[in-house]
Amino acid sequence: MAKYIAKRIGYAIVTLFVLSLLTFFMMRALPGDPFIGERALPEATMNALYAKYGLDKSTWEQFFLYIGNALHGDFGISMSFEGRAISDIIGEAFPYSFDLGIRALIFATIMGILLGTLAAVKRGTAWDTISMLIAIIGVSIPSFLIGALLQYILGVKLKLLPITGWKSFEHTLLPSFALSFSSIATISRLMRTSMLDVLGQDYIKTAKSKGLSQSKIIWKHAVRNAIMPVITVLGPIAAGVLTGTFVIENIFAIPGLGKMFVLGVQQQDYTLISGTTLFYGAFLIFACLVVDLLYGLIDPRVKLTGGKE
Amino acid sequence: MAVIEKEGNTMTSIKKDRFEWVGPNKEKSEGISRPSINFWQDAFIRLKKNKAALVCMGIIVFILLMAIFVPIFSPYTISEQHMTHQNKGMFYVAEDGHMHLFGTDQLGRDLFVRIWSGARISLTIAFVAVFVNLIVGMIYGGVAGYVGGMTDNIMMRIVEVINGIPYLMVVILLTSIMSTRGVASLIIAYAATGWTGMARLVRGQVIQLKEQEFITAAKLMGAKPMRIILKHLLPNTLSVVIVNITLAIPSAIFTEAYLSFIGLGVSQPMASWGTLANEGVQQFRIYPHEMFVPAFFICITMLAFNLLGDGLRDAFDPRLRR
Repeated sequence: MAKYIAKRIGYAIVTLFVLSLLTFFMMRALPGDPFIGERALPEATMNALYAKYGLDKSTWEQFFLYIGNALHGDFGISMSFEGRAISDIIGEAFPYSFDLGIRALIFATIMGILLGTLAAVKRGTAWDTISMLIAIIGVSIPSFLIGALLQYILGVKLKLLPITGWKSFEHTLLPSFALSFSSIATISRLMRTSMLDVLGQDYIKTAKSKGLSQSKIIWKHAVRNAIMPVITVLGPIAAGVLTGTFVIENIFAIPGLGKMFVLGVQQQDYTLISGTTLFYGAFLIFACLVVDLLYGLIDPRVKLTGGKE
Repeated sequence: MAVIEKEGNTMTSIKKDRFEWVGPNKEKSEGISRPSINFWQDAFIRLKKNKAALVCMGIIVFILLMAIFVPIFSPYTISEQHMTHQNKGMFYVAEDGHMHLFGTDQLGRDLFVRIWSGARISLTIAFVAVFVNLIVGMIYGGVAGYVGGMTDNIMMRIVEVINGIPYLMVVILLTSIMSTRGVASLIIAYAATGWTGMARLVRGQVIQLKEQEFITAAKLMGAKPMRIILKHLLPNTLSVVIVNITLAIPSAIFTEAYLSFIGLGVSQPMASWGTLANEGVQQFRIYPHEMFVPAFFICITMLAFNLLGDGLRDAFDPRLRR
C-alpha cells in the first residue's frame, strides 16, 4: 500500500513537472517577448526589465525560477489586465469555478447512480430505454451546446430561469445541469453494467432467499458493491467537468477561472494562459490522485500493488 | 420385451428386397453445406442485423457526400455576402428567387453552404487527427507490447505521464501558441495527445497475441521483429482498432468544436461546425436557428459515430455485448 502511494505520488510529480516544462517552453517558443510593445524602449530600460523578470538568465535558470515562483503561487503578471498578478486573478476566479464544478459533480454522481440503478433493476422496461437514451445523447451532445439549448428553452422562451450570471440559487441551476449532463451519461452507463453484474452474484441470491425486501437488497447489498467502478472514474470525470467549465462559464457569463482562461486565449495573454493551465493541471492531477487512493481505502478487495504476485 | 418381438415380427412382412444399400454419398458428405465465411464477413452479417448501426452508417455516408458535393454545386460561396438579407430564417427565398435553405447569418452569408464546407473542415480535422493517432498509437503500442520487458516499462510510463496531463489543456496551449490558426494546428494539437489511448489498446492486444502459435511459427521461419509486428500482430488487432477509431472520431469532432467555441478554431472566412456554433451563440437569443443548425449537425454526427462504434464492437465481439 505504502509503495503504491509513493509510486502514485511520484507519477503525479513527474506529470506535473512535464506539464510545467511544456507550459514554460511553449511560452518561450512564442516570437518576441512581453516587453516588445508598440513603443520601442531604450536599451537600458529593456535590460532593466529583463533583469527584473529574470529574462537575462539562461533558459534552465529561468525555468526553475518560474517553477519556484509558481510553487509560491506567483505565476507572473498578466499582460492584458495591466499590472495584475495572475495569482490574484486565479484566487478571485477559482472559487466560482470550484463551486460550479462541485455542484455539477455531485449532481452528476447522484443522478448517474440513480439512473443506472433504475435501468439495471428494471432491465428491459421503458426505464432502461430512457436511461440508455440519456446515456447515448449525453455522450453525443457537447456540454456547451446543451448549455445554449437550455438557455434558449428555459430562459428565453419559457422565462423560468435566469439566463446568465451567478448570483442566486436559480442562477446555478442551468450551468450546473449543462455541465453535469455528459457525466450523468457516463456514470449511469457504468452503473448499469456494474449493477447488472452485481445482481447476478450469489450474495444477492442469498439476500433474496433470506427474504429481504427488494429495496433493502438493492440499496444495502447491490448498490454498495456496484458503486465501485463509478468511484474509479470520478477522477477523470472531475477533470472533464472542470475543463467543461471553460465554455460553460463563458456561455453563462460566470466570472470564474474558465472565463478568465478564455479571455486570456482571446487576448493572447500568455502569462494568464500558462498560469491557469498550470493551476488547473496541478489541481486535476491532484484530484485524480486523491480519488485513486480513496478507492483503495473504500474497497478492501482492491489490491493496489497490482496483480504481479 | 415381448411387445418388441411382436413388433419385430410384423416388420418382416415388408420384404427386404424393397430396400437397397445406398452407401455414403462421397461427394456430398465431404461437401461444405454452408459457404465458409471469414471473420470480417461474420462481423458484417452481425452488423447488418443491427438496424441502429446501419442507419448511423447511412447518416455518416450522407453527411460525407453532402460535405463533398454541396460546396462544389452550391450557387453561393462561403464568403459571399448578401447585404440585403441578413439573419434570415430557414427556407428563406429572396426576392430574386435565390433560396437559402438554412437561412443566412449576420453578414448575409448562406448558411447551407457554410454548414457543408464547415463539415468538410470539421470532418477533415477529425479524420486526419484520428488517422495520425492510429499510426502513432499502433506502432508505439505494437513495439511496446512485442518487445516487452524494460522497453515496454519505460514506454508505458511515458504514456502514463502524458495521460496524466488533461489533454484539453495541452491542446489549448498548443493551439494558442501556434501562429496560424488553421486546420493543421488543430490536427497537430489533437494528435499530439490523442494517441495514448490507441497505444494502450494495441499494446494490450499484442501482449495477448504474441504468445500464440502463429507468432512462434513466424519467428521460427526467421521473420524479423518489425515484420512480425507489422504483418502478423497489428492486422490481428484491427477489429479492436476499428471500433476505437469509430469512437475516437466523435471525440475529435467534439475537440474541434470546443476549441472553435472558445476562439481557437479556424480563422474567417473559413468555417467549421465549431466556429459556426460559436457565431450562432452570439446571435441565438434573436435568431436561434443560426446556432441550432450547426449544433444539430455536430450532435447528429457524434451520435451516428458513437452508435456505429457500439454496433461494430458488438459485431466484432458478441461476447462483449451488454
